[in-house]
Amino acid sequence: MTKTEFWQGNIASAEGALAAGCRFFGGYPITPSTEVAEHMAVKLPKKNGVFIQMEDEIASIAAVIGASWTGARAMTATSGPGFSLMMENIGYAAMTETPCVIVNIQRGGPSTGQPTMGAQGDMMQCRFGSHGDYSIIALCPASVQEMYELTVKAFNLADQYRVPVFLMADEIVGHMRERINIPDTVAHVARKELVRGTPPFLPDSDGIPGFPQFGKGYGTHVTGLTHDERGYPCATNPKLHAALVTRLVDKIESARRTIADFDVINPDAEQVFIAYGAPVRTVQQVLHDHPDENIGFLRLRTVWPFPEHAPALFKNARRFIVPELNLGQIAREIERHVKVPTKSLPKLGGELHTPAELAAALEV
Amino acid sequence: MSFSDWFRQDRLPHIYCAGCGNGTIINCTLDAIDKMGWTKEQTVFVSGIGCSSRAPGYILTDSLHTTHGRAIAFATGVKMANPALNVVVFTGDGDLAAIGGNHFIHACRRNIDLTVVCMNNQIYGMTGGQGSPTTPKGRISTTTPYGSAESSFDLCELAIAAGANYVARWTSYHVKELEKAVKVGLETPGFSFIEAMVQCPTNFGRRNKFKQVADQVEYIKTHALLKAKCDRMIEQGETVPGDMYIVGELVRRNRPAMGVKP
Repeated sequence: MTKTEFWQGNIASAEGALAAGCRFFGGYPITPSTEVAEHMAVKLPKKNGVFIQMEDEIASIAAVIGASWTGARAMTATSGPGFSLMMENIGYAAMTETPCVIVNIQRGGPSTGQPTMGAQGDMMQCRFGSHGDYSIIALCPASVQEMYELTVKAFNLADQYRVPVFLMADEIVGHMRERINIPDTVAHVARKELVRGTPPFLPDSDGIPGFPQFGKGYGTHVTGLTHDERGYPCATNPKLHAALVTRLVDKIESARRTIADFDVINPDAEQVFIAYGAPVRTVQQVLHDHPDENIGFLRLRTVWPFPEHAPALFKNARRFIVPELNLGQIAREIERHVKVPTKSLPKLGGELHTPAELAAALEV
Repeated sequence: MSFSDWFRQDRLPHIYCAGCGNGTIINCTLDAIDKMGWTKEQTVFVSGIGCSSRAPGYILTDSLHTTHGRAIAFATGVKMANPALNVVVFTGDGDLAAIGGNHFIHACRRNIDLTVVCMNNQIYGMTGGQGSPTTPKGRISTTTPYGSAESSFDLCELAIAAGANYVARWTSYHVKELEKAVKVGLETPGFSFIEAMVQCPTNFGRRNKFKQVADQVEYIKTHALLKAKCDRMIEQGETVPGDMYIVGELVRRNRPAMGVKP
């Protein structure tokens, strides 16, 4: 039994977070993400949760990480400039394996750019923005329904893999209003607890250690310094550093197929669109408008870790066409994994590609 | 129980230089916590980056050693998400007053129930002795080789102006007074700030004509001016010398606070 609503994307994300059990939100106002914070400010106190408006985005993600160590599901929401400010502490969350969800309602950049216009310019930043090597998970919603569903999923992935998970939405999906079906219950993946007596950063066979929640008597020291299995700083041990960073990357990259979330449409097509986020909708329109032409579509919900095996599912593909609201950030990633030409269709300025622009990219 | 029961013996030896004042401050803080009867399970230490911020790594409780300047912001998340926890922040002058200054004043304004112990050695010790916001005018550091030209921060005045419920300053010489002040800070709901002036023989003392550790401790002792005495001097129209710093309980009040244990 589901309930139907007519919601804005940002509200759907906040409601998805609440349904997933998020009970801590630390944030700072920034267009076009502010509705997420405003909605959490209204709803969290009624659910025994905590909303706190911090003094900046650095403090926001810091508070989220602190809250996560007490066992709470915690999130923040921001956009370009705030996202840039969060980068150092995102690296801290990756290094300390702190589950957290970061919603980025992308707007035109660089710098202050276009606060009220959509973009996908932070796709590389969310993957590589903090210093050093690490891996994260990034999900891209293309509808109000997915703003809800993928926010729920983001919390489950964050707790399962003990990693920051990004909901990489954009102004278009964030501010769009459309019908949404609210399920009665949502899936819940619990954070794996640390077995008493086990060193707190000793991984299980899946590469992920159990979580020693603060206040439960584990007595865990958590540091952003390179640390051993006990969590103790060992910053000058070359082998230990290499092993730690490799594990942090491998625990995500080795689960690439499990984390992958995509649709394959017309798998025998020769020309294949690959899209994520708002441009998905334009591709869907092109497919709708040309029902007799066999146009392929790989529609991604997980962008990081990139589902490397997915393009190969189009066995007859001779061309991949990648419309993005940036200068080809993910097209470059796709190029690394396919043997046929990749045609990047970049668009800047804040408007979606028109269906005609995408149709024109198809070779007759 | 005593303060020594709180240490991670398996992490010794520590990184602090011979003659460093930080150990004294850590001992005083743990002694105060021990006297409060707090358990290790319900106590969390949070710190940023610098010599002072290494302290939580030597203590047996849950602890977060975070990014430079951000300890109070992390601690805010811990305390707001679970007010039943006792949260203590160790920080230094560079961590708190330079890169973390904004978080400091906003935590005072919120009057969030944290106790922040600042080891003020007036220098960036860990990176090799650069000038900090509390390096006194004229003092030598690697980045103020001709003497600092800038005015220094009075962190206690800042905390008072921003709204903290409890503010005190002592030194690594005044161990009994410091311990009592930390205890009052722990007892006081809302934001408590205890500044401890400490010697840094390696990176401050040797560049500023303190040949021996004891010389700098002696300087810290003789330049500490009791608040009561300072108030008397001002009443009598006397001038307070610019190189003195006021010690004692500077503010104790009961403004509305956040994150207080239910």
